[in-house]
Parts: sequence; C-alpha cells; structure tokens
Amino acid sequence: MSFAWAKQYEPKTPLTKWLDEKLPLPRLVYNAVGAGYPVPRNLNYMWNFGVLAGFCLVLQIVTGVVLAMHYAANEEVAFGTVEHIMRNVNYGWMLRYAHANGASFFFIVVYLHIFRGLYYSSYKAPREMIWLLGVVIFLLMMATAFMGYVLPWGQMSFWGAQVITGLFSAIPFVGEGLQVWLLGGFSPGNAALNRFFSLHFLLPFVIAGVVILHIWALHIPGSSNPTGVEVKNESDTVPFHPYYTAKDGFGLGVFLILFTFMVFFLPNALGHPDNYIEANPLSTPAHIVPEWYFLPFYAILRAFTQDLTIPFLGITLIDAKLLGVIAMFGSILVWFFLPWLDKSPVRSGHYRPLFQKFFWFGLIPTMVVLMICGGAPAEEPYVVMSQIATAYYFLHFLVILPIISQIEVPKPLPFSITEAVLGSDDSAAAARTGSVGAGSKGDLPDASLQPAE
Amino acid sequence: MTIRLGGIIVGLAITAVLVLWSLVPGLYNLAFGEAPEKAASYAFYEHPKAPEGGFAFDGPMGKWDVAQLQRGYQVYKEVCSACHGLKFVAFRNLRELGYTEAEVDAEAAAWTVPGIDPQTGETTTRPGTPTDQFPSPYPNAIAAAAANNNAIPPDLSLMTKAREDGSNYVYSLLSGYGEPDPEILAKHPDFETPVGLYFNKYFPTVNLAMAPPLVLDGQVTYADGTEATIPQMAEDVAAFLTWTAEPSLVQRKQTGWFVIAFLIFATSLAFLSYKQVWAGMKPKKK
Amino acid sequence: MADMSGAATANSAPEVLEGEEGVRRRDWIHIAALSTAGVGAASVLFPLVIQMAPSADVLAESTTDVDVSAIQPGQSIRSVFRRQPLFVKRLTPAEIQEANSVDVASLRDPQTLAERTLDGHEDLLVTMGVCTHFGCVPLGSGEGENRGDFNGYFCPCHGSHYDVAGRIRRGPAPLNLAVPNYEFKSEGVIRVG
Repeated sequence: MSFAWAKQYEPKTPLTKWLDEKLPLPRLVYNAVGAGYPVPRNLNYMWNFGVLAGFCLVLQIVTGVVLAMHYAANEEVAFGTVEHIMRNVNYGWMLRYAHANGASFFFIVVYLHIFRGLYYSSYKAPREMIWLLGVVIFLLMMATAFMGYVLPWGQMSFWGAQVITGLFSAIPFVGEGLQVWLLGGFSPGNAALNRFFSLHFLLPFVIAGVVILHIWALHIPGSSNPTGVEVKNESDTVPFHPYYTAKDGFGLGVFLILFTFMVFFLPNALGHPDNYIEANPLSTPAHIVPEWYFLPFYAILRAFTQDLTIPFLGITLIDAKLLGVIAMFGSILVWFFLPWLDKSPVRSGHYRPLFQKFFWFGLIPTMVVLMICGGAPAEEPYVVMSQIATAYYFLHFLVILPIISQIEVPKPLPFSITEAVLGSDDSAAAARTGSVGAGSKGDLPDASLQPAE
Repeated sequence: MTIRLGGIIVGLAITAVLVLWSLVPGLYNLAFGEAPEKAASYAFYEHPKAPEGGFAFDGPMGKWDVAQLQRGYQVYKEVCSACHGLKFVAFRNLRELGYTEAEVDAEAAAWTVPGIDPQTGETTTRPGTPTDQFPSPYPNAIAAAAANNNAIPPDLSLMTKAREDGSNYVYSLLSGYGEPDPEILAKHPDFETPVGLYFNKYFPTVNLAMAPPLVLDGQVTYADGTEATIPQMAEDVAAFLTWTAEPSLVQRKQTGWFVIAFLIFATSLAFLSYKQVWAGMKPKKK
Repeated sequence: MADMSGAATANSAPEVLEGEEGVRRRDWIHIAALSTAGVGAASVLFPLVIQMAPSADVLAESTTDVDVSAIQPGQSIRSVFRRQPLFVKRLTPAEIQEANSVDVASLRDPQTLAERTLDGHEDLLVTMGVCTHFGCVPLGSGEGENRGDFNGYFCPCHGSHYDVAGRIRRGPAPLNLAVPNYEFKSEGVIRVG
C-alpha cells in the first residue's frame, strides 16, 4: 500500500508505543488519513467531496440515532411522534431538520463526487474497484433515503412507498407477489413501516462498511488527480496531513455554512408540503413527486410511455411500465460498466477536447433536463423532453464514450504532476532529468499516457 | 472490446425502443393530435398573495407579533374551531402567546375535552387542563364527513406547512372568496361552481367545500380594540396557524444567526490555517 | 530558481513553514482554528445530549391534582404522580399517637410526623409509593394488604418495613418513603409537584 516515500508512523510516548504493539489503530489512521498517506499535490476543490460525503454519513447516523430515540414506527402514531419531536423534544426541531436536510446535502455532495469521477475518469484502471464500490454505496444510499422518507408517514411517504414498491410489480410473473411481499400487505401499512424503519437504521452501517472498503481500495493505487497523470516521485505528492486535512477543514466550513443556512432558514424548501399531511390511503395527492435527488431517475422511469409491440401484429413484447423500470435500474447499472466502456488512455477530461464537449454540452444539460422533467407533471413538453434526455443519457455512456475514446486525439499531457503545477520551464526540466523515479517508465501503470512530445 | 461492442448495441437498442415506440408517437401526437384541454379552473386560479406589509415572522429576522397571535387564536376559537381541530397543539402551548399560567388554566377549562368518568369508566366530557390537546370537533372521521357533506374539515395544526406558501395561502383563501372574474368568465362561459361548493380563486381547483368562514367585518370583537375587518381576521388567524404549525420558528431563526456567525468565523480561521499550511507550495506566478 | 525551491520544499513538507516569523504566525492561526473547531464540536454535543432530558409534554405532566376530601380516617388511596404511585393516607388519631410515640433519635432516617405532613393537616400523609431501596411499590395502601411489622407499609421485594408515618423501621431501605412537594390548591384538593 502507498508509495515508498510515505512517512512511517513513529510512536513517541510510551503509551502510544504500547498501543502500537497491541492495537495499531493510530498507525492505521496515520496511514489512512494522516501524514502517512501521500496525495497528489495538485488536487482541486472537487476532491473535497469525498471527505464531505464521509462527514454527511456521520452526520446522518448521529442525528438519526438520536431521532430514533423519540420516533415510533407505527402507522397510528408515526406522524404524531415526528410532531412530538418537532414540538416537545428538546432541540428536536433542530435534529429533525438537520437529518432531513442532511439527506439532501449528502446527495448534493455525492453527486458532485460522482460527476468529479466522471469528468476526470476516476473510474479507469487502476481504480475500477473504487468506482464499483462507490456505485454500490450510491445504490445503498438511494434505498436508505427512500425508506427514511417513508418514516414520517405523511402523504408523500405513503404514496412514495406505494409507487416505489410498485416498480417491482412490473416484473413479469412474480412482480405482483413481490410487491405484496415487500410491503407485507396489499398497501403500505404497519408491516411496511416497521421493516422500513428497521432497514433504514441498518443500512447506514452497511454503507459505512462499504465506505471502509472504498477507502481501502483507494489507498492501493492512491488518489487520482486533475491531470490524470500518475504520481511518479515524491515531489508529486504531499502528505495528507496537514495539507489536505487543512484544505478539507476549510471545505467542511463552507459546507456547514450552506447546510446550516438551509436548516435554520429554509428547512422545508427541499421537502414537499404534502408530507405534512398525515398518510391517507384513500386519497392520493394531486401531484406526487419523489425527493429531488431521485428526480432524474424518476424522469427516466416515466419516459417510456408506450408498450414495445410488434407493429401491425398487436403483440406486446414488453409493456411500458416494465420498460421504464428496466431503464431506470439500467441507468445506474451502466455505471458499473463504465471502466470498460471508456478506453481512452487519457484520464482527465481536461486533456480530452471531444469528451469535454460531450460532458459539458451533453451529459450535464441532460441531467438538468431529467431533473426538471422528473419534477414536472406528466404532460407535454416535459414528456418529450425527458424522452430525448433519456435517449441521450444511454447514448452518452453506451455509445458516445466508447466511440470517442477510439477517435479522439487528446491534448498533450504534462510530464508529471510537479510539472503541471510548476510549469515546464528549464528548471522543471532539470528536475525531470534528475528524477530517478520517472526513469523506469515501463513500470508505470500509465506508461501509455506519456505525452507525445 | 466485447463490453464496448455490447454497450454500443444495448445503447442503440434502448434508444431505438425509446425513440420509435415512445418519442415518435409522442411527437406525432404533439404535432397533429389535439392538445389536451386544460380545465377552466386553471384560468381562474391565482397564487396566494401576502397581506399588506407581510407577516411579522417573515424573513430571516422575523419575530412573532404576540398581539396578533392572540387575535388569531380568538378567531380560531370563535370561528374555525367549530369544524377544525388543532390536535398537535396543547393548551399549555398558549403560554408562548403571552398568556399567564392562570389565564392558560382558565382558557383550558373553558374548552370541553373527551374524558372518562372515574366512577363508571364510561366516555364523557370534562373541562380541559393545560396538558390537554385542543379537542377535535368531531369524534371521528366518519362523523366529520357526515356533518360536512362528505368533505372532512382538515386538522389545522400543520396547515401552513402542508400547503405551498402556507401562511399567505391561508390569508388569501380566507379573504379571497368572491365571484369569478367576469372577463375570464366570458372566455369560459361553461364554467360553473357546482352546487354545495364555493368559488375561491386561491384554491387549487377554485371550488371548495368550505363555506366562507369570515363573512362580516366585526365578526369577532378583539380585546385589544383592533378593527376586525375580514382581511385583518384572515391575516391574524394565518399568523396564529403559522405558529401552531411551527412554534419553534422564531427560536430557529435566532439560533441560525448565531450558528452561521460562528461558522463564518471558524471557516475564516480554517481558511487562514489552510493558506498557511500551503504557503510556499504553489510557485509564484511569473 | 523559485520553482526549484518550491519543488524541493514539497518533499519535506512540515519543515517548510518554519521560517523565523512563520513559526509564531502558523502556531497562532492553527491553534485558533483548532480550538474554534473544538468549541463548535462541543456546542453540537449540547443538543445531542439535552434531547434525552424530559421533553416539554413530560414536564407539563409533572403536577397532579388529587381530591383528598373523601378519604376517611384509616383509609388510603393510590394516585399517580409522574407515572409513579402516590399514597395518600388519612391517619386515625390512634395512628397519629402511635407515630408520635416513637423515639425519633432511634430511627434510621430521623423525622417526626409533623415534618412529614403539612401544618394543620397532620392527619394527611402524602408519600411516594416507591420503596427507597430499589424502587418497588410497597404494600399496605390497599384494603387487606400486608402492612408490615409497624402497621404502615411493607415492601415485598426485599422486606423493608415502614411505619404508619411511612418511616423506614426495618429492612434494607435507607430512607423514609419520600414526601413530594404539594400544597392545598383548594379545600380538599392537593396539587402535587
């Protein structure tokens, strides 16, 4: 693990020496997020979101455990206990708003983290496993967030549970039974509420476990960086502590300012008023939408409006409902194949003119359009817009990325991270010839990435 | 290579299904089909308006206008409570409206709440105590529906949070009953408010089951001498219901200022510390 | 050359900053930043800890009104105060005499009956029905229950005997049955709490 020049943990006091022999936990932390982890020196602010996502997970677990002390998962009283938290529990309103907005901010941070990975191709070898684990974390987060949103047992909770478990009913033959099994009934009720609470409590700890694997996998090749050029020697890196602990500390401060602003001044802005109406199985709200972070996927689900039939024969191959469900799950599934779909030898989008255009003018607007359409009522022009955007979404990952990685002529890469930071003047060139580490180019994982100078 | 080839095939297949079966028919409909007609109610509907001068609790510096909350409570008690409950609010909470303990005791005792006869165990009623919640005017949902032509009057505890722009919505709705705009009516001559419903341009479907609750200026007599016009009563009760929906609103905003000021200070220090750690790491730009 | 020094310093990170003036300023700013973060973290703990304290609705239920007018001498009733049993007993003159005849100095928790009742209402004994040993509910408040060796209350869990004034006389309990704060709200009604 890590580079040859990584600093070694040296316990100084008798106590830390004793601890290091019995349980080298400080050493583990030192090597993971301390001075013992050399990190590329050129990381920009987009690299802050990994640590922030970790912070969000801790925030959600801490506030969540505390809220669970006052909440009761029973359809008779669940809505009332949430109001009890808001009105009677000491600082309950603060804890609940922090937890509800914390979920939103967790997704904001994770989306930025994912799109950082997409732009800088952080999923490419040797970091495929980090990416795959990251997608697993994202899926677990979606499940956790969905089940958490059911717990207040408002109108959106109830109908969200109804619709999302309904996705499984699209599966041929077993679907209807599967939905009934998931809910433990024919509509969301006590059984569903209780199991969702149980799983909502459990899954964050599963996420924490996968996060540990995610970080472990990260420490094998080390962090990527904005140039996409691998670390060659010591001058390319700085120790994580104090350089990136200081930077992450500042980033955390900025994050907290934005977060607390929402918690204290606009706590319900990201929620939906209908969830302040107690669940009523007999009346669906006029316009049900999922939480904002699911909107793009909800738009993909709704984009398929017609059954797939054989024209003029009237035989239905796949109905529209199942098509939507397949596409929605598929839209995240494609991320698992990303490391093998994009074979461009250059990592960073910064040096890929064609990729860059498709990223900024294709993928990002598509995500925005999908988000808008997911929140809009199912009427024109939103349906057509969501269909075009959904088509682009799949084309981007499955067709465009494989093709541009073949035909693109990348810009020249800097020789090294140090050169990228300091510029390639004479002195840097002198440093280059003097550098021993860069001599054995053939051993480097990104030998193919050498600039064509 | 297989993965990429497979990816391209799958990607093209998904796109083909989407474009040929869903998008093309959709576009065809959009171009040649008849545009779905929007309900006439869309033409009459208006978004809620803020009362003149806004509410005292609006904005990041907002505070309760305690006198207004007391007036709003009076409107609730004398008008709304005939049909609407307030089940998440307890009488003891009225102390936050500036009433003394004795006044709250007396106020609670003036309400009748469901109870149990200590001798026979039968359900009965008793005077309220401060720990009791506001009683619901109907024993259950069926009774509420039966008494109101099948339209159950909702509980008002959370009303201003359960509607978009809730405080302004309550104010606009209560003061917004009237006749449809004749100009719009000329364009939608078929529009008619069904029997048993009442026209209100601030209600999403513009026809609602609740009869206008505030009909007369001076319908309540304010103890503090404020003139009880319909907009005044609507504003007062909207303010009161904002308080019932979120009693911690003012405390929340005040805490927020303190927290954010602290965080800006801490983040500035963190920034200086960060710059200090990195000093000398970045080359000077030539 | 500026670049070279930059590259060189990167290799030996922490030492970079120890310029003459740098030391003082660096230390000051880092200590300030870290202690501010510490203050912030500590203040976040406050709501996380205080949320476990009794909530507003629980605190609001911490007074109980009991109608004592109907209790006959020798009779006792059980009520509920803070979700714990409350014993209210009207003593007979004989019981009052019995209670006052005890040598107070010999008691484990020396208290006179007068100290355990309100002035002018020496016949009304209001105590918590919670044994001071481990919190069981003592017997003796109901008709026909075991009143222990001292004609008061008897805790079946570990055998503590309380006398007519609810004072501990024998057994493991360390203190007399607790007398809550109460006052006469009106004639015949006490407000406990």
